[in-house]
Amino acid sequence: MNAPRLSKQVISLALVAPLLLFLIVFFALPLVTMMKSAVSDPVAARTLPATARSVSSWNRTSPPTVEMQAAFVADLRQISDDQLFGDLVRRLNSAKSGFRTLMPKTRKAALDTAGSIDLVALDKRWGDISYWQAVSVAASSTITDRNLLAAVDLQRDASGAIASLPADASANKAIMLRTFVMALTVTGACVLIGFPFAMIAASVDGWKRQLLLGAVLLPLWTSLLVRTAAWFILLQDRGLINSVLMQSGVTSSPIPLIFNRAGVIIAMTHVLLPFMVLPIFSVLIGIPKNLMPAAASLGAHPVRAFLNVLLPLGLRGVVSGSLLVFMSALGYYITPALIGGAKDQMISSVIAYYATGAANWGMAGALGLVLLAATMILYAIYLRLSSERETSP
Amino acid sequence: MSLLRFSKLIFGSATVFFLIAPLIAILPLAFTDSVFLNYPIPAYSTRWFVELFTAGVWQRSIINSLIIGCGTTVLATLLGTVGAVGLRDKQLSLVLTTIKTIFLLPMVVPAVVLGVGMQLMFARYALTNTYLGVIIAHTVVAVPFVVVNVLAVLQGIDRRLEQAAASLGAAPVTVLQQVTLPLALPGIVSGAVFAFATSLDEVVLTLFVAGPNQRTLARQMFSTIRENISPAIAAAAFVFIVGTVLIAIVVNFSRGTKRAKEVR
Repeated sequence: MNAPRLSKQVISLALVAPLLLFLIVFFALPLVTMMKSAVSDPVAARTLPATARSVSSWNRTSPPTVEMQAAFVADLRQISDDQLFGDLVRRLNSAKSGFRTLMPKTRKAALDTAGSIDLVALDKRWGDISYWQAVSVAASSTITDRNLLAAVDLQRDASGAIASLPADASANKAIMLRTFVMALTVTGACVLIGFPFAMIAASVDGWKRQLLLGAVLLPLWTSLLVRTAAWFILLQDRGLINSVLMQSGVTSSPIPLIFNRAGVIIAMTHVLLPFMVLPIFSVLIGIPKNLMPAAASLGAHPVRAFLNVLLPLGLRGVVSGSLLVFMSALGYYITPALIGGAKDQMISSVIAYYATGAANWGMAGALGLVLLAATMILYAIYLRLSSERETSP
Repeated sequence: MSLLRFSKLIFGSATVFFLIAPLIAILPLAFTDSVFLNYPIPAYSTRWFVELFTAGVWQRSIINSLIIGCGTTVLATLLGTVGAVGLRDKQLSLVLTTIKTIFLLPMVVPAVVLGVGMQLMFARYALTNTYLGVIIAHTVVAVPFVVVNVLAVLQGIDRRLEQAAASLGAAPVTVLQQVTLPLALPGIVSGAVFAFATSLDEVVLTLFVAGPNQRTLARQMFSTIRENISPAIAAAAFVFIVGTVLIAIVVNFSRGTKRAKEVR
């Protein structure tokens, strides 16, 4: 590399540095923090240091030793922060239910008496080896794959092997499947409406094209919240759509359109349709205008000319648009949250619930990681396709 | 052939109707006298606009939106414009291509995922429940729009203009100030408009990062739809839609006059 080019490169790097730094700190770091919260599990190791040391020599199948019990009681006496103790109980209880009642009882006994305590006499659950296995696993590691496994409805059983969660314990797979199906439905609806519409827009010109494109751009520019509010108002039981249907005698009682799947699909299709139309339109507009007449002059029936000439060329736009729409739909939160019912919530709503409702950052992080990975893979494919188009004439 | 034209007309009109009608249908409801958002409208009044601009929560949220929107616009426009100047070469090295991809990523990452991460991280640095925290969060998602808009204009600039200025003895900073930035101004302005609009419309990150004191208009609309739907929503939507149309007209008009100047 020669000197002027090198100095130019240095100037460019200096110019991009402030924004790069800003995005590393406030964009990349939050994502890393979220991923770390999915695998981090420090609470038991921090609150039970003596227990952690004493269980390291335990084989996890023989009955708990006297030293372990004494270390555990000593650790409990050291925990002065009630909130920290609550975190520990939650952590242990998520591994084995029963700790929620067992732990406060044991802590109370440990604080009330000064000497050693016979834990099994205090509560017979301490004679059950599986409780000690849970304590041992939690105390001896600061990272866990529990959340990541639970995100896909798996768990580690007592022996440490990966197994399915019982059917009633988790519904994450069902929510992922639902998210996938809803995003796919919206993408399909967008293709069905967007492809013909883009073809019409590309085939006309002048004010007609302006009108058709304006109809796509105006919603795109309008606030997402306003569009969702508009659909909320229209789809209500006493909203405009139902009153028109009832007055025209199509139906006698309102058709339920809101707080159900149909409403969410309609509103999301409306919101995402521009992302389908615009890529297809930009591909179609680049196709030489004389191709179709050329096919016709060679004797091709219009349908055949369409199938053999326009459709394959336009398909690239359809693929780009579909990836964009599908990718956006996967992470949708606002529209399902406002228009959908409890059974129409997508993965984003579940993540938001774990984060703000249940304060379960581990699960929020693990599900967030799944959504982030899916989105990034789709985006990589999209980038690959669009760069291919740029390089090929 | 006429059948094809007829079906084109029908399909085209139906789709335009589907896209536009919902936005038009809620406009009259902003002027309802009733507390319900239903047709037919019993009587017309401007009571919901009065409510929007005088009721405590709405007024506060509008002011918050303006504070946060302006902060975001300034920060995103500064960072994004400088960054775009660094990326303007048509043939970028691998490092710069990667950086360009990173600059656009906030548009793609699902907002809820980013929100969870921001809430966790911002809490550690006492940025949650602060204006600065919300402005930073909004800037992250607004800055790609500035980069894209400024970059599009920069790549259309004839580099010979800058070379001419440099050959006449202008220092690089002077060239940037006197030639490049004035030429890039339309892109910077539309980038700033997009940044402001993004901040105005942002809900998800605000839900995670902002406290009750930073409740924005969009956040207030979200909870109003969720909890107690009121025609103040339609009034707010009216303001949004009319504002959008006005901005679109202004942008189109400025492009039109620019083109007219070029022709001259």
